[in-house]
Amino acid sequence: MKKGNVSILEHESVPIHEIITNEELNALLNKYKIRKEQLPKIKSTDPVIKEMNAELGDVVEIRRSSRTAGTALSYRLVIK
Amino acid sequence: MRTKRIQGLKFGLLSPKEIRKMSAAKVITADTYGEDGFPIELGLVNQRLGVIDPGLRCKTCGGRMGECPGHFGHIELAAPVMHIGYVKLIYKMLSATCRKCGKVLLEEEDRQQFLYEIGQQRERQADVGEVVKLIFKEAAKKDVCMHCGESFSVDAEDLSESLKNEEITNELKKRLEEQGNSLTETAHIKRSLDDKCIFNWREVPGNDSELLRSYLIDDFGLTWVKTAEFSKTQKDKRLTFSADKHVVEITLSSKRDKISIEFEDGRTYEQPVKKTAGKLNVHNYKWTLTDEEKVYILRRKGLELTVYCGERKRQIKYDKPTTYKEIDEDGKEHRLMPTDVRERLERIPDEDLALLGMDAKSARPEWMVLTVLPVPPVTARPSITLESGQRSEDDVTHKLVDIIRINQRFMENRDAGAPQLIIEDLWELLQYHISTYFDNDIAGVPPARHRSGRPLKTMAQRLKGKEGRFRGSLSGKRVNFSARTVISPDPDIDIGEVGVPEAIAKELTITVNVTERNLKLLSAAVGRGGKHPGANYVRRADGKKVKVTDINYEALSEELGVGWKVERHLVDGDIVLFNRQPSLHRLSIMAHYVRVMPGKTFRLNPSVCPPYNADYDGDEMNMHVLQTEEARAEAKILMAVQRNIISPRFGRPIIGGIHDYITGIFLLTRGVRKFEKEAVLDILDNVDIDVLDEPAGTFISSTYEKVPYWTNKQIFSMILPEDLNLNFRGKVCEKCIEKGLTCEKEQCPHEAYVLIQNGKLISGVIDEAAVGSFKGLIIDRIFRHYGEVASKEFINNTSRLAINAILRSGFSFGISDEDIPLEGKDQIREDAVHEAEKKVDALIMAYEAEELEALPGRTLEESLELLIMQSLGSARDEAGDIAERHLGIENPGVLMAKSGARGSLLNLTQMTACVGQQSVRGERISRGYQKRTLPHFKPDDRSADARGFVRASFKDGLSPTEYFFHAVGGREALVDTAVRTSQSGYFQRRLINALQDLEVKYDGTVRETRDTVVQFEYGEDGVDPSKSEGGNVVDIDKIIRAEVGVEVST
Repeated sequence: MKKGNVSILEHESVPIHEIITNEELNALLNKYKIRKEQLPKIKSTDPVIKEMNAELGDVVEIRRSSRTAGTALSYRLVIK
Repeated sequence: MRTKRIQGLKFGLLSPKEIRKMSAAKVITADTYGEDGFPIELGLVNQRLGVIDPGLRCKTCGGRMGECPGHFGHIELAAPVMHIGYVKLIYKMLSATCRKCGKVLLEEEDRQQFLYEIGQQRERQADVGEVVKLIFKEAAKKDVCMHCGESFSVDAEDLSESLKNEEITNELKKRLEEQGNSLTETAHIKRSLDDKCIFNWREVPGNDSELLRSYLIDDFGLTWVKTAEFSKTQKDKRLTFSADKHVVEITLSSKRDKISIEFEDGRTYEQPVKKTAGKLNVHNYKWTLTDEEKVYILRRKGLELTVYCGERKRQIKYDKPTTYKEIDEDGKEHRLMPTDVRERLERIPDEDLALLGMDAKSARPEWMVLTVLPVPPVTARPSITLESGQRSEDDVTHKLVDIIRINQRFMENRDAGAPQLIIEDLWELLQYHISTYFDNDIAGVPPARHRSGRPLKTMAQRLKGKEGRFRGSLSGKRVNFSARTVISPDPDIDIGEVGVPEAIAKELTITVNVTERNLKLLSAAVGRGGKHPGANYVRRADGKKVKVTDINYEALSEELGVGWKVERHLVDGDIVLFNRQPSLHRLSIMAHYVRVMPGKTFRLNPSVCPPYNADYDGDEMNMHVLQTEEARAEAKILMAVQRNIISPRFGRPIIGGIHDYITGIFLLTRGVRKFEKEAVLDILDNVDIDVLDEPAGTFISSTYEKVPYWTNKQIFSMILPEDLNLNFRGKVCEKCIEKGLTCEKEQCPHEAYVLIQNGKLISGVIDEAAVGSFKGLIIDRIFRHYGEVASKEFINNTSRLAINAILRSGFSFGISDEDIPLEGKDQIREDAVHEAEKKVDALIMAYEAEELEALPGRTLEESLELLIMQSLGSARDEAGDIAERHLGIENPGVLMAKSGARGSLLNLTQMTACVGQQSVRGERISRGYQKRTLPHFKPDDRSADARGFVRASFKDGLSPTEYFFHAVGGREALVDTAVRTSQSGYFQRRLINALQDLEVKYDGTVRETRDTVVQFEYGEDGVDPSKSEGGNVVDIDKIIRAEVGVEVST
């Protein structure tokens, strides 16, 4: 990111992304009884992923605001 | 039924060995049937290839027709022939491999890297296509083979980058000669950039300066750098190594596309930088040494150069459709015959096939050049016997005949030692026949034709396109037990019914098992001898099917017993599926109950038109008769019309009153009117209520008798559930609150405030918002609180009530209803249109005098146009308002528009007052002639009438110029809808294909077939729209109102 520019993470149209910890991940996988590979994916070249320096194999939590549900949580696995 | 899970699909090529192995017969005769009418022994309709004639037995498996699936045969081709489906791939393979050793032209390092990547992709079950594409590209770039030929090494430690090419060449020559190898005089060296990266720029400033250091030492011979100090400046863009008096600077260009290395003697060296995923990579060199005969590739490994002397590659040229040529060093072209191609493909080693996306076990590349051709079983290409007794063969058989004929001729000619030219011609012809056998629609190849001139339908044609095997036979099929005819309205049938013509009811059947209980009934049906509630077939207890005919019906009726089956006619109350295309949502197919009727059309209650998007201008619909008890149960529970009153799309009723129903109920419930008993019973005719409410009061008649009366609102209340409480604002609401006024509620002059207390309509008029389709607040409430049956009944009752009411008062809308008094006409002309035109003229004057001020973000011209559009737009609105005032609420047009039955106030405005501005792409019409729209106007005339303003109304009639402008605008609308429907249709298809396998699981997640999560909660909120309140999860106000009975401000 160039100095003086605003990080896209702070843009109002970009939902909050957060890398989740191993414990959180395990809890998540347990909850849905799935393997990590069964999570939705996000490319490591995605601008948000690049910006937040997430690594391959990380899982990001995406928090969107929803008119009907308040906040909607989604999880994505960072892939190549 | 056992369900099995498909673990995988494998695609491969048939090897010649396999083709021969699966062949039941070798076919060598081009004929089908002999003169005796029997198939020829070694012919194409070989009896060993399956049976298509009843009564015969297969000579391979002994099966009868229907039992024997058919068997493949084969043709031994006289010479190899290209398979038309693989010509492109063959070309790429020839270009990517060595002509001598067949290996893929990749350096060992690259090869390993690519193999690794392909392995990775395969492990992930991902597509290897992209990698393979890259390999083909890389390998095709090479101009010499690095695998064959000799290799030798030269010590090149002291050869530094600073040497000129010549010097290096001489030095290398010298050294090579010292080793006993010689180069020719003309040998010279070329340095080029390779895509190999040696370090990653982003990493260099941090941890990897050592890599950069070794790069400088190894590749540029700067030995002093070994002990030099490393530093970085300029935001990591300039890196410096310095020691004592030595210094070297490496700079990344501002565009980040190259780095330059500045040596201390002032020389600079530039290298492009490759950008991958935010990381920058520096390229390495490849050195090539060329002399007259050979190309040597010099490969750096540490400080030693390895020199390869490999086979030079020749450019391959592909001439559509099936010829390959090789261009030699002198630019001469040499044709590669299929035999040559096959030989080359054979040379590609198994280990290299993975690089090309193939697997040697299932597909060897040389199998793409055919030496044996499988002959499909006759069951796949059945011949048909014409009425004349003549046999007509399938197109595929015709094509095979051609192939065998040429194949035989080829062999004969070759055996007889015919000249090369003739052989080549025949070879070409064989190629043509085999190409068109696979695909008769190849670019640049004339399609093979039938004797009649019709192009033959060969293999690809059977599979491709809308009517092909996939889209036509597998994804879509023709079905039995279905009927199609025109639909017409019948307001007297239930919304859940469909009127079925007797002719159709007699053709479509339901199979019922005969039991003791229905024996009499079915016996009577069979005994009716084909008259309506009858039967078409019976199946005896032993399974034998007998047609009910005029001759045997009495006997069959008599004989009928328990255990038989009867295929009886459709009767009232049977459940069927009803469908109208395009089936865009699930409501396009719903279950209806049959009502057999005279006539030839399907009868449909107009209230059910909206979900099907049907009207009666000639629409046709399909009906399917359900054949199993499970299907009928499922249809009844899930697909019945009443089940689908609420649309799953927006959570509001999609079925409800339309057109006359709205007008009728509006007229009935408007104001307060009193009806005597006779009138009340008349209006309530056919409405499903048991008892009449107590009269609202009495009045004294002319004969001084007390006559009880009922009010109109009371009549409507009779069809409402008794404990219904509801209030809302109807369609007629003037939105006083939005305008900052207070709502007068029950005292509303427009009766827009609908208040229902304990099932009584207290105030308000019933309009589209209350009972219409798409809105229907009362229907919505009844559906949620009283269930689907109650709401179905309510819709039925409302329609009947509305029709009875509108029949009593009568309702029509004619041309004279578009008239307004002269005074109104004058007002429209003067106050609205004329004023606006004056305003427009003033704007134009201001513009021409350059006094007009531009609006923010607009040019002067745009501002002018915008302002003109604005004032002309408001002129029409104003005209409409004036017209509305003069028409009054009693005008049928206004009535329909306001109640929401049909049409809008804009439609009325255009008919009675002023059609208004015509536009193309949202702008006034400005196209046509130079600087003007029509020759009637002066150039650059920007006035209202020169740019498509239609001041007349449709009733008045348009002037010729106005008429023209209206046609211009109308055409755009027409084109728009035409384009939109085709686009949205295709979009729909793609969406369906993409989403069809998604499923909402019990834990609320949406997953696809591999159980990969698509959404963690259905729709991210877990809301089923059909159970939502018009898209919202709950209607809090409604709940509070229901519980507390307090009006919540809305």
